[in-house]
Amino acid sequence: MNSVDTSARFRTGSVDMTHGGGGRAMAELIRDLFHRHLNNPLLDQGHDAAVFQPPAGRLVLSTDGHVISPLFFPGGDIGCLSVHGTVNDIAMGGARPLYLTASFILEEGYPLADLERIVMSMARAASEAGVPVVTGDTKVVERGKGDGVFITTTGLGVVPEGVDIRADRIRPGQLILLSGTMGDHGIAILSKRENLEFETEIRSDTAALHGLVGEMLEAVPSIAMLRDPTRGGVASTLNELATAADVGMVLDEAEILIRPDVAAACELLGLDPLYVANEGKLLCICEASDADNLLKIMKAHRYGQDAAIIGKVTEGSAGLVQMETGLGGMRVVDWLSGEQLPRIC
Amino acid sequence: MKYVDEYRNRDLARTLADAIRREARAERSYHIMEFCGGHTHAIFRYGVQGLMPGNVKYVHGPGCPVCVLPVRRLDDAVEIAEHHDVILCTYGDMMRVPGTKQRSLIRAKAEGADIRMVYSTLDALKIARDNPERQVVFFAIGFETTTPPTAVAIKQAKAEGLQNFSVFCNHVLTPAAIAHILGSPDVQETGAVQIDGFLGPSHVSSVIGSRPYEAAARLYRKPVVIAGFEPLDVMQSTLMVIRQINEGRHDVENEYTRVVTRDGNTKAQSLVNDVLEMRDSFEWRGLGSVPDSALKIRDAYQFFDAEKRFEISQKQSREVKSCECPAILRGVKRPSDCKLFGTVCTPENPMGACMVSSEGACAAYWTYARHQTIAEAKAKREQKPEAVA
Amino acid sequence: MCLAIPARVTALEDGDMAVVALEGIKKRISVALLEDVAVDDFVLVHVGYALHKVSPEEAERTLAMMAEAGVLQEELAEIAEGQA
Repeated sequence: MNSVDTSARFRTGSVDMTHGGGGRAMAELIRDLFHRHLNNPLLDQGHDAAVFQPPAGRLVLSTDGHVISPLFFPGGDIGCLSVHGTVNDIAMGGARPLYLTASFILEEGYPLADLERIVMSMARAASEAGVPVVTGDTKVVERGKGDGVFITTTGLGVVPEGVDIRADRIRPGQLILLSGTMGDHGIAILSKRENLEFETEIRSDTAALHGLVGEMLEAVPSIAMLRDPTRGGVASTLNELATAADVGMVLDEAEILIRPDVAAACELLGLDPLYVANEGKLLCICEASDADNLLKIMKAHRYGQDAAIIGKVTEGSAGLVQMETGLGGMRVVDWLSGEQLPRIC
Repeated sequence: MKYVDEYRNRDLARTLADAIRREARAERSYHIMEFCGGHTHAIFRYGVQGLMPGNVKYVHGPGCPVCVLPVRRLDDAVEIAEHHDVILCTYGDMMRVPGTKQRSLIRAKAEGADIRMVYSTLDALKIARDNPERQVVFFAIGFETTTPPTAVAIKQAKAEGLQNFSVFCNHVLTPAAIAHILGSPDVQETGAVQIDGFLGPSHVSSVIGSRPYEAAARLYRKPVVIAGFEPLDVMQSTLMVIRQINEGRHDVENEYTRVVTRDGNTKAQSLVNDVLEMRDSFEWRGLGSVPDSALKIRDAYQFFDAEKRFEISQKQSREVKSCECPAILRGVKRPSDCKLFGTVCTPENPMGACMVSSEGACAAYWTYARHQTIAEAKAKREQKPEAVA
Repeated sequence: MCLAIPARVTALEDGDMAVVALEGIKKRISVALLEDVAVDDFVLVHVGYALHKVSPEEAERTLAMMAEAGVLQEELAEIAEGQA
C-alpha cells in the first residue's frame, strides 16, 4: 500500500476493533500512522521494546496518563500535552529527558483523521523537545467505553552530577519563584466546555520546560525544589510542598501574575485562578542568594519571561501556606477541595 | 476589570481601615451580621477581618442559598434524577452538597443519573431543545438574584411550546429571612446572637431594591447598609453601620448605589411576579419554617412545574445529627463550636452544606482560617463541661 | 451570594440577547430583564443574565466617598480643634 492510499483512508476512516486486534489492520495503523510520524532510530528498530545502553548517572522515570476533554483545545491538543506533561515531570526531577514511550487507548469509531492530527502534534512536540518516542502500544475499546483517545506516556531522564531536587531540601529562608502567569491552561479548556462556552483568546500554556530547567540548573545546581503546578494549581502544589517539607510559606499576591482575561473568566465562573491548572509553568525554590540570578535566567527564556519571586519559605506554621492579599490583609491559601466547579454563588 | 479592580485598592483599604479604627468606640463592641455568603467570602478572601479593630466582629448570616436548602429538597432532586430518567440540570454549587446519608448529585451522577452542570437557565433550555425525547428538569435554587432568570426560562419554554422542560423551584426570599432572624428568640430573648447591625445583600438588592428592608430595620431598630461584594464595599459599609450605631440610628442606607436603587429592577420583579407566587411557608435549613419566604410556580405555568409533573415520594430525610449547620446559619454558633468541624467534616467529606458551598461559613473558615479555628475548637472541647452547662 | 460581575455590552442581538465583553472574554447573555440597554452600557451579569445597569456616576461617587473617609474625619478634627 502506498502512502497516497493511506492518507486517503485516514481522511475518511475511523478506528475499528481490528485496529487493536493484532492483525494486519493494526500493523498498518502502526506503520502508516505512528511510525511514519514519530520515526526515530530506536522506534524504527520495529521491536515491541526499545533497546539501548543506559546512560551513566542517576535515572528518573515518570509516567502520566492523559485524559482531556475536549481533545483539541486552544493552544494545543492531547498529543502535544502528553509529550509536555511527561517531559516536565522528568525535568522537575532535575533530569534531562532522554526517551518517551506512548500507550494509546482508542475508542472505536474515533476518526482516523483526528487521530493523525494528534499523532502529528505529538511528533512535533517530541521533535521540538528533542525527546523521541521510542516504543509504544495501541489498544482499541468499544464505542462508549473510552473518550476518543487516552494517551499514557512514560519518560526516562538522567540527572546531571551535583543536582539534587528533593522536597526535604526546602528550608526556611529560601525563596519561591514562579515562571509565569497562572490559570491559562485550565481556563482555555473550560472556554470550550459544553454549556460554559465563552469567546476568548486565552490559549493553553502547554510547553516542555526541560530547556528552561536545564539552563537554571546549569547556573544554580543547588536548586532545592522544582515542581510544575498542574492540576490543583499553584495553591495545591505549594501546600503539597509545605506539608512534605514541614515548613510554612508566605506568598505575595501582587507578585502572582494572572492574565486579565483569565482573571475575568475566573470572576465570571466563580473560580480562583490559584487553583486552576497550568501545563507550562514551574515553581522553583532556591536559596535567597541565588534568586536574582535565577530570575534573570528565567526571564531571558521564552517560557519564563513573566517569572517572579512570589514568596518565601518560613519557619513557623508548618504545612501552612499564607498570602498577603492585594488588599493588604492575610489569608490562608488552602489545598483545592474536590474539583473546582463553576458556581453561581 | 472596570468597576471591580477599583474596589480592591490597597491604599483605599488602608484609608477605610484607619477610618473604622477611629470611628469604632473602644468601650463597646460592634457585631455586624453580613447576611450574604458573598460578603463572608470577600471578608475571608481578602483578609478584611484582619484589617478591622478587635471590637468589630462579623457574624455570618444564612445568605448562602446552597446552605439553607433543606436536605429534603435535595433528596427530592436526587429522586427526580434517578427515578424519572430525566436530564437534571443544576448549577455547579449544588453538585457536592450532601443529602440524606451523604448522597449528593455528584454521587448520583457517578451511579448513572444524567445530571448536567449548567451556567445559566439558557443552557438548560438549550439542552431541552437538543433532547426532545428526554424530560429536562432545571433544579432552581437561589435568592431573588437567581429567580428572574428562572422566570424568564419558564416564560420562554411556554412561548416555544417546549414540552419536555420543567423547573423544580426552590427560590427563597431574603427580607423574610432577615426579619425572621431579627425576630427570633436567639436575638430577642436569649441573646444567643448579638446583632448590632446588618450588611444587606448586594446583588439581591439590585433586583428587589433597598425598600424591602425598611420595615425590619424600623421594627427591630437595627441599621442595615446595602453593601457591594468587593472588599472596599464591605469596609465602607462597615464604616456606615458603625456610624449609625454610634449615632443611635437604624436606617436602611445604600453603599452599593452603582447598582442598587430604592425600587430595584421593576421589570425583573414583574416578570417574577407573572410566573411565580408566594408559598405560605417554606422550610429553611437552620431557620425552620419561615412564612412567606419562598416562591412556587403559578397555576398558569404549572405545566412547567416539576413538582407537579413528577411524582415525588414522601420520605424521611435526615441530616447528620451532630452537624451544627443550622445553629451556624442562625449565627448562634461558629464553625469552631461544632465538634464535627475539621474532624469528621471536611470539604472532602462534608457532613453539611456549610462545608461545601464556597460561601458557607464552615468552608470559608476551613479554607481561610482553619488552623486558628481547629485550635479554638480543640480548646473549647477541652473546657466543654462548664461551657455548655 | 449570587456571583455577578460588571461587563460592557458590545452588541445587541435578537431575542433579548446581547454580547458582553470583560477583559477580552466575550459571552452571550440575555438582557430580557432590562428595560433599555445600549451598546457600551455596563451591566451586572449573573448566571447569563444582565440584572441591572451599572451607574458610572454612582461608581465614581462611591469611590470618592471611600477616599474621603480618611480626609473628612481629619478635617473635622481640625475644625473642631480650631473652634476649641
